[in-house]
Amino acid sequence: MKHLLGIEQLSREEIEAILDRAESFAEVGKRDIKKVPTLRGRTIVSLFYESSTRTSSSFELAAKRLSADLVSIKAAGSSVDKGESLKDTVATLSAYEPAAIVIRHPYAGAAQMVAEWSEAAVINAGDGKHEHPSQALLDLFALRRRLDSLEGKKIWIVGDVLHSRVARSNLIAFKAMGAEVTVCGPPTLIPRDIERLGCAVSHSLDELDEADVVYVLRLQRERMKESFIPSIREYVTHFQIDSRRLGPRQILMHPGPVNRGIELSGDAIDSPQSLITEQVASGLMVRMAILYELLAVGGERPAPPVGDESPPPTPIGQPA
Amino acid sequence: MSLAEALDMRSGEGADLILRGATVFDPVAGIDGEHDVVIRGGRIAELTAPGAAPESDGMEVVDAAGLHAFPAFFDPHVHLRTPGQEHKEDLETGTRAAAAGGFCGVLAMANTDPPVSTPAAIEALREEARERASVPVGFFATVTREMAGEELTEMAAIRDAGAIGFSDDGLPIRSARILRRALQYQRLCGGTIALHEEDPELSVDGVMHEGAVSAALGLAGIPSVSESTMIARDAALAGYETGRIHVQHLSATESVEAVRAAKAAGVAVSCEASPHHLCLTDQEVQSLDPRRFKMNPPLRTEADRQALIEGLRDGTIDCIATDHAPHALEEKEVPFEQAAMGVTGLETAFAVLHTDLVLPGVIDLSLLIERLAGGAEPFGLERPTLAPGSEANVALCDLSAEWTVGEEGYESRSHNSWCAGRTLTGRVLMTVAGGQVAYRLRSFSLGVAS
Repeated sequence: MKHLLGIEQLSREEIEAILDRAESFAEVGKRDIKKVPTLRGRTIVSLFYESSTRTSSSFELAAKRLSADLVSIKAAGSSVDKGESLKDTVATLSAYEPAAIVIRHPYAGAAQMVAEWSEAAVINAGDGKHEHPSQALLDLFALRRRLDSLEGKKIWIVGDVLHSRVARSNLIAFKAMGAEVTVCGPPTLIPRDIERLGCAVSHSLDELDEADVVYVLRLQRERMKESFIPSIREYVTHFQIDSRRLGPRQILMHPGPVNRGIELSGDAIDSPQSLITEQVASGLMVRMAILYELLAVGGERPAPPVGDESPPPTPIGQPA
Repeated sequence: MSLAEALDMRSGEGADLILRGATVFDPVAGIDGEHDVVIRGGRIAELTAPGAAPESDGMEVVDAAGLHAFPAFFDPHVHLRTPGQEHKEDLETGTRAAAAGGFCGVLAMANTDPPVSTPAAIEALREEARERASVPVGFFATVTREMAGEELTEMAAIRDAGAIGFSDDGLPIRSARILRRALQYQRLCGGTIALHEEDPELSVDGVMHEGAVSAALGLAGIPSVSESTMIARDAALAGYETGRIHVQHLSATESVEAVRAAKAAGVAVSCEASPHHLCLTDQEVQSLDPRRFKMNPPLRTEADRQALIEGLRDGTIDCIATDHAPHALEEKEVPFEQAAMGVTGLETAFAVLHTDLVLPGVIDLSLLIERLAGGAEPFGLERPTLAPGSEANVALCDLSAEWTVGEEGYESRSHNSWCAGRTLTGRVLMTVAGGQVAYRLRSFSLGVAS
């Protein structure tokens, strides 16, 4: 695996290897010194063309925990503001010979283009409404810790599927792990023909009982102005997940940030069924695992360290 | 009036040429056999038995044994980007690309910078074409001033200045009221109105066909009905006003049906389909490569592609038009959603349709040749023909030659060919356009010299 461009390109084995690796990093997180020297002397560029809190911060912290040198660039205030093209920006940053470029971009396919232009391993941290593979992986990781296996489990993705890269990556990821997926939302926010991707489609929460996992998407308030929904109130009436709709054995997830009181009620967020805090915590471990798999393991994959007693990741290659 | 007389091109010597022993194929004129094609002073003088035409002084003799001579092709829909966007294309490079593709005439769209909206702009373009164009070129003017969709251009004065017709191509005419006025005014000034059919209320910010592939990629879709509903509206208006319209670049099943219904109802409507819509589907967009696969209208599904082929067969679709849309590299080397719409097509149209449709037996060679030259008549121009006595417009082709697109560069200034890198079977070796030799493939002409 040279790049992480989308879940689409990953096999179930590759997904499991990353999740297993993340498990080994969970142990590192419990140590006093939470840092390993694995990527010492290597450079990671974090290039964010969209605002992001959790994705950028957890990738950056993951890079630091692996002892990489980090260059962090936000579009605002950079040469991008001065009209530099993505290609030229990548060429400029390539002068630092980065081992990896983590990119978030408002348009689909940007990460793939960077991979063509650069020698670095490219990690897609979200491209347009296309894919957000690290989110899907951390969601799988958080779920696996709660459920062991997704085989045959029913997962409902509820909300604004049309505008959500998380919905797309997670749909693919959940299916790859053997789950059955239903996407649910108002017809205006469900892409035409999405059932051809192998999911069921529902426009009501009436059958939500069947779900083992309820994965709720963020609803942006601007969707009302664009006539995707008549009003927030009507959306809330039909699609908000609250403690009344959520069964006791169901798991609740959300990629954040939550619009409290819109797609989720406050009591649902704070309910014991909620996995939202664990999702955030998983982000760091999974992103360390992604960097490790791409940069330390590279193309060849050693046996996954399941049940491995030895301490995780030791430095590979020349020490700096 | 011949193409050279009706349109504008660089003045030059009429060709004196013998294509010795060519397989001459003009299905419309009923010509199919081996002949010497004798071209004298830029006109088809005679078709003799192979080897029978006497050589005379000043006549160039081309050994055309094993080669096909077709009536050259006519493209009613190209973007030559002049004025204002010469970094993409200009009259010289664009008409060279046309000649290299076997075209003996092209009609240039008016969505330049600024748009061609005045008689003076038409006159300036015609003058430039007389200096620089390798093949006869006709020019459209916009229907509405500056393509703003609000007020009509001075259509009569523009026609007097020599515009071939009117089109706001690149944009639809949103307002039914404006189009209706244009159709009424057409009775005064003539000139077919060519329509880019798209309801912007439905296409919104779409960048590809709306369907399973757009759902998977998270790209905003352009539904088929954004095209077909406008065709239905405009055909109804044209019928009501007895106007003459030409529907550009059909892409969807529903659109073919709408044109078929309009023709059956007696509306004076013609239409075109592009090589890329006849050969590709939205599956290609999975590559997220905007250089080859982003255009408007978008590539649609296999069912749509089949409907276009059926329309070509049954005559609903009158002609093939490339919608040759050159763009600079930096306008295409960006993420899909940000990239400019359009691909180049002049240099590859014949070869790719021969490779993808004729060789596998989807359509006959005769249908391809007929439709590739079908773009002249909808605009009141003479169809290119090999009939003796007519102006020489000939595409000399080697149907078995294999070549890789882009390997030797392009005649066009831009490199956004949707066929880039493909190996095609069938190649244009020489083009006579408007009576003049407009193009010779370098290796072919070198071979002749030795």
